[in-house]
Amino acid sequence: MNIWNWVALGGAAVAALLVVAVVRRRASASASGRRFFRHPTAAPGLFVLAFFVTVAVAAPLVAPYKPYQQIDIVHLQNRSPSTRNVLGTDPFSRDVWSRLAYGARISLGIGALAMLVAVTIGGAVGATAGYFRGWMDAALMRLVDVGLAMPRIFAMLVVVALWDHIAVPVLVLLIGLTGWFATSRLVRAEVLSLRERDFVAAARALGAGPGRVIGRHVLPNAAAPIIVSAALGIGNVMLLEAGLSFLGMGVPSPAPSWGNMIADGWPKIAVAPWSATFPGLAISLVVMALNAVGDALRDALDPRKEAV
Amino acid sequence: MIAPPPLVAVQDLVKHFAGERGWFGLGQPRAVVRAVDGVSFEIPPAQTLGLVGESGSGKTTTGRAILRLVEPDRGRVTVDGLDVLTLGPRELRALRRRMQIVFQDPYGSLNPRMTVRQMLAEPLAIHRIATGPDAERRIAALLEEVGLDPGFGRSYPHELSGGQRQRVGIARALSVEPQFLVLDEPVSALDVSVQAQVLNLLAELQQRRRLTYLFIAHDLAVVKHIADEVAVMYLGKIVERAPALALYAAPRHPYTTSLLSAVPVPDPTAQRNRIVLSGDVPSPMHPPPGCPFHPRCPHPKKNDRCRTEPPALRAVAPGQLAACHFAEEPL
Repeated sequence: MNIWNWVALGGAAVAALLVVAVVRRRASASASGRRFFRHPTAAPGLFVLAFFVTVAVAAPLVAPYKPYQQIDIVHLQNRSPSTRNVLGTDPFSRDVWSRLAYGARISLGIGALAMLVAVTIGGAVGATAGYFRGWMDAALMRLVDVGLAMPRIFAMLVVVALWDHIAVPVLVLLIGLTGWFATSRLVRAEVLSLRERDFVAAARALGAGPGRVIGRHVLPNAAAPIIVSAALGIGNVMLLEAGLSFLGMGVPSPAPSWGNMIADGWPKIAVAPWSATFPGLAISLVVMALNAVGDALRDALDPRKEAV
Repeated sequence: MIAPPPLVAVQDLVKHFAGERGWFGLGQPRAVVRAVDGVSFEIPPAQTLGLVGESGSGKTTTGRAILRLVEPDRGRVTVDGLDVLTLGPRELRALRRRMQIVFQDPYGSLNPRMTVRQMLAEPLAIHRIATGPDAERRIAALLEEVGLDPGFGRSYPHELSGGQRQRVGIARALSVEPQFLVLDEPVSALDVSVQAQVLNLLAELQQRRRLTYLFIAHDLAVVKHIADEVAVMYLGKIVERAPALALYAAPRHPYTTSLLSAVPVPDPTAQRNRIVLSGDVPSPMHPPPGCPFHPRCPHPKKNDRCRTEPPALRAVAPGQLAACHFAEEPL
């Protein structure tokens, strides 16, 4: 690790602190923003997230090696952390820190994108079911019941077994497509109560069609619970991806994801604990941060606490 | 003199709410609520019909069924000669420019995530009335017309008082330049002093824009000064309909009489004959047989006929209709 990597890493930490400071400044203007930061773990959680996102974005700057680069397959396997390899090297003589930084792109990216897919589908299905009710609601909600009763990990193992290796975009879709059921229920419940409000009747009386009513009047008022469930859901998705990758069924090697880094380091855990431990710590840290931020968001955005 | 053709005509409007069925809509439907049960009336252009009744009488459902915010089961509604209930989505949308609604609850009727400007710009965009600077001018003019400073355009509903919100609701209804407004208890949720201001505003607007109103209220006092004709609803049916003057002077239905006796008189020395009705409005799920009002009716001549034979709404005086077997012998 050279001096510039350290400077970049310091820069990432400073950037994360700045993000927290800016968000806190802007949040203090509103009651819900102040409620968010009243949560003792909200600011640290936000910092951790901002830090890892910055590291992911700036991976080429903070990482001294390419994530695939085997530095010296004969002499530099399983090296303990040193000034040259801050987090040591793995059994394939790759720099653990570099893989961790690049792996953040994959692990955080999969988490966020899969959740985006899930929230989009869940939001659309829930809004349709709740707004139109009747047979459409009944049919969609029975589908959701089936989806919720399905053991997700087995469904994915079946798909992976069918295709042997799957590409990362397919993995994102797969996680997203099996993860929207709970969101759709949540959205449906919100929409069912919102559709009876007078401002929805007013919009219909003014000639707004179902698309406009749902998009402009119903969903914006259901945004808070959706955001909260998404924030809490990303952590689950990341754990799922890590589990799949650890089983060798997620992100294919040699691409670095925190899950398959643990899988790579696992056989040598006794002699080189760092190559499995650090990605494991990273996962735990980020998931804890997501949960902390999600909890604080829930308290901040809970409409029952919002002054009318 | 020939009376002008009515702008709004409602004939035998029926809306029953069936309880939800379970299991894909295949189960047994639960008890039916007869919210609106054969309501008919007409409103001439630029006039006001006051529709009065207790909660649960079906007055709000009537207003919403006319605008097809709830789909009525039966009946015929014409607005300016157009049959509202048979229109397809496209024609209905076009007709929505002519008929609008103002809601009771000024908190619930404005989208909390939209500014006043956005709320007023939306109908202009839906009906392609105006965009850009033209829309801005119209929005400012609308706000001024309802007595608000155009600066309120940037406000969100939670920043406004109840009266201001109701004015925004009125401006929104006016934005599409309707001929007919359903006013669904527009002042019931407001402070008394604000009530008078909003009522005056509505009267002014009616004058200026030649608006036709269906003014829904739960007591006769509010509609007294604004209504040309008054219809009193009880359990989904109109029990009395008469020109306002006649109705206030000589009510023919005992229910109307008791409602009138409940109107407060601002004179502590005035002799008042209060008729206090016993009991609550019967459940519209199980309306009483015969005259729906008979269990609470204070009429001395109430007899078995009232308990078995539903009275028809019939003319009992020129222009005055009442649904009571003893309408000729009022209380």
